[in-house]
Amino acid sequence: MKLTILLFGISTDLVGATSLSFSLSSGSSVLQLKDKLQKQYPQLSQINSYAIAVNESYASDELVLKDNDVVAIIPPVSGG
Amino acid sequence: MSNTSIKITSDKLSLDECYEFVTDDSCGGITAFVGTVRNSTQSKEVTQLDFSTYKPMAIKEMQKIADLCLEKFSIKKIAIHHVEGMLQIGDVPVIITVSAPHRKAAFEACEFAIDTLKESVPIWKKEHFSDGEIWVNAHP
Repeated sequence: MKLTILLFGISTDLVGATSLSFSLSSGSSVLQLKDKLQKQYPQLSQINSYAIAVNESYASDELVLKDNDVVAIIPPVSGG
Repeated sequence: MSNTSIKITSDKLSLDECYEFVTDDSCGGITAFVGTVRNSTQSKEVTQLDFSTYKPMAIKEMQKIADLCLEKFSIKKIAIHHVEGMLQIGDVPVIITVSAPHRKAAFEACEFAIDTLKESVPIWKKEHFSDGEIWVNAHP
């Protein structure tokens, strides 16, 4: 399945892109996506920690992804 | 009529607008939190701040905070406005106003709203110094 990955804050600088097209075997969970992202972009481990949002909502590691989901990498937020 | 006003803008925020939105004849008080850009972080001089957002999700998360405040506290109306883009020292990145029949709920809701915004709303600030820049909270 194909996913769109959006990058924000420091993750944009680390990966050098604001969005990516990403392929993953169907039925994969958020955790599996994180593992694969980490392998492909080891520089992401420089961030304290990051959350994942799927289709504009925070997602748990167990959530199963679907084709065409929009996944955002959310580094520690610092608004206000 | 909605009891919440949520906005992310690259324009200057208006305290008047946030104040006017929450005024209500049933209310005995209005609280406001106005965030301002500080001139230093850990004794380093900040020259400017750049706010970036995941706008559609940030709006949703701000709306959730406003709805939660209406549910949790005895308040009447709440406005949460945030900026995106480059700000200078003294500029205002965020304004929250709350009206309530009694003041305690207005103070509590206002504090809860800014604390939760800082934890959950996908907005990031990059601090610019005279000798470089850093994403706030990003590193261990």
